[in-house]
Parts: sequence; C-alpha cells; structure tokens
Amino acid sequence: MSDPMLRLSGVYTDIAQYHILQGVNFDVPRGQVTMLLGRNGVGKTTSLRTIMGHWRARAGQILLDGQDIAALPTPAIARLGVGYVPENMGIFSDLTVEENMILAASSGPLDRTRLDWLFSVFPPLQTFWKGHAGNLSGGQKQMLSIARAMVEERRLYLIDEPTKGLAPAIVSTMAGALRQLKDQGASILLVEQNFSVARALGDSAVVMDDGRVVWTGAMAELAGDAALQERLMGLSMEAGH
Amino acid sequence: MTAAPDHTPTMSRAGLAERLGPYIPVLLIPAIMAFGLIFIPSMSSWLTLTVSGLAMGMMIFIMASGMTLVFGLMDVINFGHGVFISVGAFVGISILLVLGHMTEAPSLALNLAAILAAVLAAMAATGVLGWAFERVIVKPVYGAHLKQILVTMGGLIVVEQLIIVLWGPEEIYILRPEALRGAITFAGAAMEKYRLLAVGIGAVLFLVMRYTLRRTKIGLIVRAGVENGEMVEALGYRLRLVFVGVFIAGSALAGLGGVMWGLYQEVITAHMGQQIMILIFIVVIIGGLGSVEGCFIGALLVGLLQNYIAFLEPKLALISNIGLMVAILMWRPQGMIPVVKAK
Repeated sequence: MSDPMLRLSGVYTDIAQYHILQGVNFDVPRGQVTMLLGRNGVGKTTSLRTIMGHWRARAGQILLDGQDIAALPTPAIARLGVGYVPENMGIFSDLTVEENMILAASSGPLDRTRLDWLFSVFPPLQTFWKGHAGNLSGGQKQMLSIARAMVEERRLYLIDEPTKGLAPAIVSTMAGALRQLKDQGASILLVEQNFSVARALGDSAVVMDDGRVVWTGAMAELAGDAALQERLMGLSMEAGH
Repeated sequence: MTAAPDHTPTMSRAGLAERLGPYIPVLLIPAIMAFGLIFIPSMSSWLTLTVSGLAMGMMIFIMASGMTLVFGLMDVINFGHGVFISVGAFVGISILLVLGHMTEAPSLALNLAAILAAVLAAMAATGVLGWAFERVIVKPVYGAHLKQILVTMGGLIVVEQLIIVLWGPEEIYILRPEALRGAITFAGAAMEKYRLLAVGIGAVLFLVMRYTLRRTKIGLIVRAGVENGEMVEALGYRLRLVFVGVFIAGSALAGLGGVMWGLYQEVITAHMGQQIMILIFIVVIIGGLGSVEGCFIGALLVGLLQNYIAFLEPKLALISNIGLMVAILMWRPQGMIPVVKAK
C-alpha cells in the first residue's frame, strides 16, 4: 500500500486554555475520499484548521506526502497544493465571482478548460460571473467556495461541511461536484454531517469524539452497521435519513 | 445524484432604495456643495471655497488612505501615522529649500520639477521610515489594540523629537514655488493655483489607487485581505508581506501628503502631523475602516464642510467635522462604505 497523502500522528492542538485535539492519528489515502465524522464540537473543524496551519499544533506530526507541514505557515501549506473550503465558506463578498476565482488560481491565470468544467458543474457561477459574491444565495456561495478550491488541481482537498444548511437540490449539486472530483483521483478529507452524502462519497471514515479518533475503517462498514453508528455518533444513518 | 440543478437560478431585482443605497455616500458630496450654494451669498465666494475645500479634502485623503488600509488589513491602529506626515514635510521642504534656484524661477516646469524631486525624496524617506516603524514598533503588537495605541504614540513622540534634533524646534516658513503663487480668476472667483494643483494630484492619486485596487491582482489581494485575511492566506498568499508593502506605501503617501500640506499651510512644524490626525481619524472612521472609496468621499466631505462653515460661522468650524462624524455614524455606524469583515 502506498504512503498516504496526509498523515496525522499524535496531533495536539490547544485553543486558549482548552485542549481541543488530544493526540489525533489518522491517514488520508491517495485518491480517496476520507470522511471525518463525529458529533458537533469533537474537533473536526479544529483538525482541518490545524492541518491548514490556522491553528498551530502543540505536538505531533502532520505529513503531507511525507513532508512535515506542522510548523509551516498557512500560505506555504496552500502552496504545497492544499485546497481548503472552510465551514463559513470564506467568500470575499466585496469581490465579484470572477475576482474570487482569479484569487483562488494562485499559481497563474485561470485555466479556461477547467473553468468550463466548473461552469458545467456549477452553472450559477457563469450566470453571476461579474456579480458581487456577497449578492449570491447561500447555496451559490457554497458553490463558489468549492469551485475556488477546485479551480486548480490540488494534491489534497480539505472541505468542511459543504452541504450544511443547503436545500436538497443544492446538496445534490455539491455531491455531484465532489463525485466528479473523486473520479479524477483527488485526495479529499471531507467533514460532513449529511450521512447520505457521506455514504455516497466516502471510501474510508474517521470518527472523532472528544478530541480523539475513536474509530477508523471503511465507510461501507460504518454505513452498514447501525449499532456502530449509534455507539460512535449517537445516531444511525437510517435514523438520520 | 445529478451534477447540476435543473432550475435556472436568478437574482431578485432590488428595489429603488436598495439600488440607490451604494451611491448615497457619493451623492453627499453634491449635497454638501448644494448646501454651500444655498447659504453662501455670493457665487464667486462659493466657487473659491469649493475649490479650497476640494483641495483640502484631496490632501487629507492622500494622508489618510494608507492609514485606512493598514487598519483594514491587519486591524492595526497606528496613532503614529501623523509622524510620516511631519517627516515627509521636513524632508520635502528641505529639498525645496536646496532647490531654491528652481522654485524661484518663473517657470512652471522648473517649479513642478522641484516639487517632484521633493515629493520623491519625502516618499522615499517616509517609506523607509514606515518599513522600520512596522518592523520595530508595530510587528510585536499585532492583535493587541491597547498596546498598539501606546507604542505607536510612543514612536510618534520619539520621531517628533528626532525631527526637532535634526531641524530645530522652530517653525519653518516657506514660500510656494514662484509659478504656483497667487490665484487665477474664473467666473469672478479667485482660485489659488496651488489648490488647483492639489485637486489635480489628489484626483490622479485616487484614480491610480482605485485602478490598482480594482484591476490588479495585488489590489485583489489587499481588498480580500481587508475582508478575510485568513482565507487569503489559505489561498497561498503571504498576507504579512502584503501588509508590510501596504504599510510602506501608506507611509510614503503620508509623506507626499506632508509635503503638499506644508506647501498649503506655508509653514511646517514637528507636530503638524499630530495636529492633522484628528481630521484623518474622522475621515477614516466616517469612510468605513479599510475602505479607500469611503476615505476619499469622507475626506472631500470634511474639506468642503470645514471651508463652508469657516466662512459662514468661523466659531463652528472646529466642531463642524465632529458633527459630521456623529451624523454619519448615527446613519451608518460602520461608516459610509463599510468593509465586510469575516467573523
């Protein structure tokens, strides 16, 4: 088995006096979608922010393709090919959709072919290309947020709750986009509360509780075991959907 | 699962009030001019005061624009910004005194060349000083507003004392270059040549800044950084470097403003920057912290109002701008063109 695209080993992160991550260990295999699951407040977003360098790990290793990135500043991590979609989407409201995308293409000008693909995945982005991102609806902003990460090929995508609070039709669009990304062989670490999306996309799953990883395994195994879901996350996929 | 929605999303059309909303701050400028036109009895006086107000506003904008970006980008409250104005004025005026043969010559080209040399020297000096100020004074106190106020005030006092050591404690009186003295008459109104030059320089600078911010990638990074610096870094841009660049540019602009303000007042002192800071703060606050357009509109409003009120009721001139600030903040508490900050 090849080395994983991302490996967290014994990662501890503190925020003020709170010990949020308490020795997190998991891998994100190459070319797979790894679901990061768990109840609210167990450290999923903190894990992504720590990988991205927004919060500094107090201890532990974060290996991206074998290189320890735990001490690198956020821009350097992004330049290594990590695309990040934060929970709050991080849209620049004062900029147009086009300007948001130009900024996201940090290694050069926009690639027309890739842009056409993104327009086919997220048609509203083409419709509102010259409009201010702040005027988009919640779903359209989320499309822009994901499209920004996808505007260039990345080694790893970190995506935090892309379907949160969205209408079913938009959830379907998001899932379709992520499916296409997966089919291209992308390595994705995805935090997702929508279990039907998680089940459809995930190859493997990492379940967190209280700042620690409490279970790792195949997504299919978790999806097929209601008792395990109940024990790990307090609800089953069947109950949820 | 489908890859795309089968509906065609549309944006709902905003009402008239909503569509006019963004332009209201701009419309305040002709509104204040109209106020002056109504209350000032003579058309020629109004025209003279309007040009004077616009010139003053342009100079305040030049001095304030860097400060608003510095605050917007990194939440840094730089109470020492005024010292760049003073240093710029002293360096620039010193150059003009050295180039006395050019400033005394009755040639507009030679006069402008001398001013250009003075401005470039002032901008270079304040740019370097800004870089040192950021590295030594501001960098250790990122994220701590109270400390920022204290150390930047301390930095201002130290540099002001250095000015006194280098140039002496006395005020330095200067004469404007020969071709820029006096006024031209238009429609019966006397308009000082230097003020017309200041309006021109201010307008060009605003257009250049606007172009840079709207049409270049570095401008996009700055605008995005004002709104959500963390996300800009997550896209791979080193915001700290951008910030240092903006700090240097803002300091250099303050230096330019200092030369222009010195020539406008025809006297310079070590404390001149500190004295103008109250107007700069008003402009930055009413414009919306981090907004260059807001800063521009705010500066013109302050300049115009101060000149009109000083003519109509001189005793009220000092408080007129405070009144303007209170009125605008009651209307828009985040300033006229607020910059949306990410939570």
